[in-house]
Amino acid sequence: MSRSPAPFGRRAAKIVARETLGAYVVIRASDPGGPVPRPGQFYMLQAAERWGGGEGERPFLPRAFSVLRMIGSPPTPELHFLIEDVGPGTNRLCELEAGEELLLVGPLGNGFEAPREGRGALLVGGGVGIAPLAIWQDELDASTPALLGFRDAEHAVGAGLMANASVATDDGSVGHHGLVTDLLEEQLDARGDELEVYACGPPAMLEAVRATCVRHAVPAQLALESGMACGFGACFGCVVPTVDGYVRLCLEGPVLDAERLVGAAAFAGTGAGH
Amino acid sequence: MSVEFCGLELVHPIINASGTFDAIAAGRAFGEELIERFPFAAFVSKTVTLQPRQGNPPPRLWELAGGLINSIGLPNQGLRGYLQHDLPELARLPVPLIVNVMGSSRDQVAELVAAFGERAEVAALELNVSCPNVETGLLMGADPAEIAALLDRVRPLTSKPLIVKLTPNATDVPAVARAAQGAGADAVSLINTLRGMALDPRTGRPWLGGVTGGVSGAAVRAVALAQVHAVAQAVEIPIVGMGGVASGADALDLMRAGATLVAVGTESFRDPAAGLRVASELAELAANSAV
Ligand SMILES: Cc1cc2nc3c(=O)[nH]c(=O)nc-3n(C[C@H](O)[C@H](O)[C@H](O)COP(=O)(O)OP(=O)(O)OC[C@H]3O[C@@H](n4cnc5c(N)ncnc54)[C@H](O)[C@@H]3O)c2cc1C
Ligand SMILES: Cc1cc2nc3c(=O)[nH]c(=O)nc-3n(C[C@H](O)[C@H](O)[C@H](O)COP(=O)(O)O)c2cc1C
Ligand code: FES
Repeated sequence: MSRSPAPFGRRAAKIVARETLGAYVVIRASDPGGPVPRPGQFYMLQAAERWGGGEGERPFLPRAFSVLRMIGSPPTPELHFLIEDVGPGTNRLCELEAGEELLLVGPLGNGFEAPREGRGALLVGGGVGIAPLAIWQDELDASTPALLGFRDAEHAVGAGLMANASVATDDGSVGHHGLVTDLLEEQLDARGDELEVYACGPPAMLEAVRATCVRHAVPAQLALESGMACGFGACFGCVVPTVDGYVRLCLEGPVLDAERLVGAAAFAGTGAGH
Repeated sequence: MSVEFCGLELVHPIINASGTFDAIAAGRAFGEELIERFPFAAFVSKTVTLQPRQGNPPPRLWELAGGLINSIGLPNQGLRGYLQHDLPELARLPVPLIVNVMGSSRDQVAELVAAFGERAEVAALELNVSCPNVETGLLMGADPAEIAALLDRVRPLTSKPLIVKLTPNATDVPAVARAAQGAGADAVSLINTLRGMALDPRTGRPWLGGVTGGVSGAAVRAVALAQVHAVAQAVEIPIVGMGGVASGADALDLMRAGATLVAVGTESFRDPAAGLRVASELAELAANSAV
């Protein structure tokens, strides 16, 4: 299993930069002494100051974020996170400025596994779900192809985080006018037997990727989301249904093999996702 | 700040609240450092039932201002799975193990108490009585007579300390505590979660898969303090206080209200090492003030 253990407890990480990237924000935090995450792993983040008091007097709990990339190397790695402002927690994280502090726990969960013998990786991302694919591409090879879907041109700016990307947008403002799964279908028709798919994105997209890969008998590793309170297996809140019953996504995932998932139910009812 | 509790010598007064820390899962996330810096002076297991349970359908969590509603639904592997898989691993923890059990009839609770009562790895048992007795239809922990009848049945089955975990969803919690003491409980613990509910703002229907759930976290701290205070007036046996504890000051409040031990629950979700932090803050406060 592709997992790097986390130091026990939460630790402070200073924000070194914040960049706006179209509809998204990238925050960079220095994590002195922190371990090197595996691509696909995530961190639980909260702001050290003013965590609470947003919409609905929330947030209260920390929030889960895939690591977008790690720059530099131990003992002074810098962690990058790609954030979309969808509610009080992400809103607060998006306003953090250089010099302010995050409290983080991680890396947590299981990351991606290398492609099976005889297959090469194909990365499929939707929206903010491109985050774990960027660090995976960094590790694999910049020539690894990526198919990325976005709502519109403002969101499609995110594609600049990855190399060798083909873009689809819902409104046709950039790249293919339509769904990223249209591009996936083309690729799997042409050379499915050479590929292993790695996908992350909104629930409807992941379900479409799962169904498409099953139809083409192509192995797929999907990075899912669900509502999480703790991120380390303590609360049993983040379960998703699999062929083995409910599993805690923060412990057994967030990356799960497509064949373990029972269908659309795995992506529904989890609360999070956008 | 070592403390004696029902014959157990604990290195400090902070333990975990049942169902809010899985030491086996945490070991996978944090590796050996978890054992080297184990955050609690005793480890309380999740509720174990006779048969395995899947738990409630998701979503299972709803965040509140200063708290959380959960409808987890007590997933666990059942008695046999627990004895086979969890107990051997938990026995390796550097602290005493308290096993929390629940049944939906007196016979079921009796079977669980008897099974754990004879295991050397188990230091004490906690009875989760926030569950209806299918035979009487009454919430076991909401009625003094129901609690007394339960303890009459299970008390003779073990000489290990029995802690009764009281539900706050009862009319007269001190009366239930008194009945538990009268029927041989060694300690009581409180509070369990308060029943709560949330509606999905988009559909107007219940958000949680279990429809209602239990409220925990800072939002329930004042309720916990009032109930621990009231129970302390009613019984002489030791009390494990819990509900929204996030700091040494919160723990000290519960001890001033009458608790011998304090359990940390939801705060561990925000800070996995919260138990260590609360214990050291408490030690510092105690050193600087006359508790
Ligand atoms: C493993 C993992 C990796 C992730 N990686 C990223 C990433 O790289 N970048 C990124 O931007 N996001 C990522 N996410 C999603 C991110 O965690 C959520 O967007 C974030 O938690 C939202 O918090 P919020 O307070 O901003 O919004 P919330 O208000 O919490 O809204 C988020 C969703 O939660 C539900 N919700 C609304 N109110 C409540 C409530 N009171 N209680 C419970 N649920 C509620 C709704 O369905 C809503 O759409 C990831 C999630 C997981 C699990
Ligand atoms: C996610 C979650 C799961 C819980 N599971 C259990 C359980 O299995 N058995 C039990 O007796 N109490 C359970 N509880 C209740 C806690 O042990 C505790 O009584 C309550 O949460 C109040 O403490 P807190 O506010 O510090 O969390 C659970 C609480 C939470 C939040
Ligand atoms: S988020 Fe708590 S168990 Fe997964």
